[in-house]
Amino acid sequence: MKIIVCVNHVPDTETKVKVAPDNKSIDRAGVNFMLSPYDEFAVEAALKLKEQFGGETIAMSLGGDTHKETLRKALAMGIEKAVLLKDDAVRDSYSVARALADELKTMSPDCVLFGKQSIDYYDEQIPGLVAEFLGFPSVSVIVKLEAKDGHITCEREIEGGHETVETKFPVVLSAQKGLNEPRYPSLKGIMAAKTKPIEEKKPAAYSALVEVLDMKKPPPKAAGKIIGTDKTAVPELVRLLHEEAKVI
Amino acid sequence: MNVVAFAEQREGKFKKVAFEVVQTSKKFADQLGASHVTVAIGDNLSSALALLAPYGASKVITAEDPRLQQYSTTAYAKVLAEIAKREKADIIFLPASQMGKDLAPRIGAKLEAGIAADCVALNLKGADIIATRPVYAGKALIDVVVKSAVKIFTLRPNVFTATPGSAGTIASEKATVELTDADFTSKVTHVSVNAGRPDVTEASIIVSGGRGLKGPEHFHLVESLADTLGAAVGASRAVVDAGWRPHDEQVGQTGKTVSPSLYIACGISGAVQHLAGMSSSKYIVAINKDKDAPIFQVADYGIAGDLFEVIPALNEELKKSLGK
Ligand SMILES: Cc1cc2nc3c(=O)[nH]c(=O)nc-3n(C[C@H](O)[C@H](O)[C@H](O)COP(=O)(O)OP(=O)(O)OC[C@H]3O[C@@H](n4cnc5c(N)ncnc54)[C@H](O)[C@@H]3O)c2cc1C
Ligand SMILES: Nc1ncnc2c1ncn2[C@@H]1O[C@H](COP(=O)(O)O)[C@@H](O)[C@H]1O
Repeated sequence: MKIIVCVNHVPDTETKVKVAPDNKSIDRAGVNFMLSPYDEFAVEAALKLKEQFGGETIAMSLGGDTHKETLRKALAMGIEKAVLLKDDAVRDSYSVARALADELKTMSPDCVLFGKQSIDYYDEQIPGLVAEFLGFPSVSVIVKLEAKDGHITCEREIEGGHETVETKFPVVLSAQKGLNEPRYPSLKGIMAAKTKPIEEKKPAAYSALVEVLDMKKPPPKAAGKIIGTDKTAVPELVRLLHEEAKVI
Repeated sequence: MNVVAFAEQREGKFKKVAFEVVQTSKKFADQLGASHVTVAIGDNLSSALALLAPYGASKVITAEDPRLQQYSTTAYAKVLAEIAKREKADIIFLPASQMGKDLAPRIGAKLEAGIAADCVALNLKGADIIATRPVYAGKALIDVVVKSAVKIFTLRPNVFTATPGSAGTIASEKATVELTDADFTSKVTHVSVNAGRPDVTEASIIVSGGRGLKGPEHFHLVESLADTLGAAVGASRAVVDAGWRPHDEQVGQTGKTVSPSLYIACGISGAVQHLAGMSSSKYIVAINKDKDAPIFQVADYGIAGDLFEVIPALNEELKKSLGK
C-alpha cells in the first residue's frame, strides 16, 4: 500500500503573535516552528497502516527549506521518504492543494493522510480540496480508523456525537485528536532520519483565489473585575450575569 | 447576482446555524440587489421548510432522496455544486460546522471558488464582501477578499445571530440531481448522539473544568452547574489528556474553538492554548483560587476562591433565580 502523509510547518502554540510591517502576516522573528499538531496524528495513522498492510510511507510538504525540519520529524517517527515541494511564495489553500494534488497524481497513492487543519490559518480546506482534485472519497476529522479487505470504517466527530462512515481505498483522510497516540521519535529514529532522502521538487504556481488584505491583533479585552474571594460573592455574580451581561 | 445559502439539517430538523446562514446571506443578497435561494439536502423535508421563512428564506430548492437522509460527502457535494451551477450562484454561504467545513472545499474545487473559511464578521465594501476570520487560534484576525468568480463563505456558528422576523411565504421547488452508486463512495452508516447536554460548539453557555477539580470524580460539580443552565460541559486539555473527560469536550488551540454568550471556567489556569479557543466568548466568568491566574485577564467577572465552595453556592443561587 502506498501511503502519503501531507504535513505543514507552523508556529508553535506558545507563539506570541506580532503583526509584520506588511500588516498581512506575522513577524516570524524569534518564532519557533513545528509539525502541526494534527499532522502528528496523521503521521501515526500512516505508520499504523503500513504496519497492517506493508508498503511504503512518504511524507510531503509544500513550503520553503525550513519545512525540511518538519519532514525530518516525520522521518524520525518512522516515515521512510520525504518530498519537499519547494516554494517560498505565499500561497492560499487552493494553490497549495492544487500543487499537492498535481504531485499526488503522479504517485498513485492508496491513502493520503492529512491533519484536520493547520494551526496557522485554521483553513481546514486542503484535505477536501485535494480529495476533489484526485477524485477520491474523503472522510474528515476522523477519530477512529479501521481498514479490512479494502473496506474502511471511520468515525468522524460531529456536533454532539459521531458519524460512522464507510468508504474504500484509494481515499483521503484527515485526522482529529483522539485518533491515536503519536509515537515519540526514538533516538535511533532521529539518527536514521538524518540520512533518509528528502527529494526536492518545484511545484507549479497557481493564482490565489483568496487574498489577505489586512492582519491585526484582536482588540484587547478590557480587564475584568474580581468580585470576591469566596462564596459570599456569588449573589453579586448572579446579579451581574442577569442585569449587566444579560446572559442568563 | 445570485446568492445561495446551504441550510444544514440533520434528522429532518434544521440546525440553528442554518437559520444564521439563511438570515446573514439574505441580508447580503438584499444589500447587493441579488436573488436569494436556500438549498436543503436530505429526505422528506417539506414539512420543515416553513421554519426557514422567519429568517428571510422565500425561495427554497430541495434535493430529497432516501439515500440523502444521512450525510454523504461525495453525494451532498455533487448535489449542492450542481444546484449552485443551475442557479448561476455567484456567492455561496455555508455554516462552518462539521458538515459545512467538510462540504465547502469539495464545492470550492468543483466550482473553482475561493473559500473564506470560518468567518466571524462580514462587511460590504463596494461590491466586495470583506470577511474577517481568526488565525493563529484567535491571536490575530485577518480580512480577506475572495477573488474568484464564484465565492464561498463559511460562517462560524453562534457568531451571526439569527432573530426570527415576520414570515413570508416560501416557494419551494424540488431539484432532481441524478445520483448513482458511484456518488456514494463515502457514506454515513450510523450516527451516535451524545446523550443529554449540548455540544460545546453549539451551546450558548459552556461550563468548563480544569485540573483545579483535582479528579474526574469531582466533575459532577461542573456537570450539575451546566445542567442548571442548560449548558455544555467543556474541559481543558490537561484533564482530557489525563483521561478525566472525553476529547470532544476539549476547548482550545488543539480542541474546539467556541463563541458562547457565557463561558464559565472553573479551575482552569488560562494557558495561551486554552484562551485561544474561548477568548471570543461574549462573557467570561472565572473561578480560580489563584488571583494571578492568567484566566482573570480575559474574564469579565472573577471569583478568586475555592471552586469546591463557590460552584455549589453558584449552582444553588442560580437554581433559585431561575426558579428551578
Ligand atoms: C501543542 C499544545 C497544544 C495545547 N492545546 C491545548 C488546548 O487545546 N486546550 C487546553 O486547554 N490546553 C492546551 N494545551 C495545554 C496548556 O498549555 C495547559 O497545560 C492546560 O490548558 C492547563 O490546563 P488546566 O488549566 O486545567 O490546568 P492547570 O494549568 O494546572 O491549572 C489548574 C488551575 O486550577 C486552579 N485551582 C486549583 N485548585 C483549585 C481550587 N480548589 N479552586 C479553584 N481553583 C483551583 C489553579 O490555581 C490553576 O490555575 C496545549 C499545550 C500544547 C503544548
Ligand atoms: N504547505 C503544506 N504542505 C503539505 N501539507 C499541508 C500544507 N498545508 C496544509 N497541509 C495539510 O493540510 C492539512 C489541513 O490544512 P489546512 O487546510 O491549511 O487547515 C494540514 O493538517 C496538513 O496535513
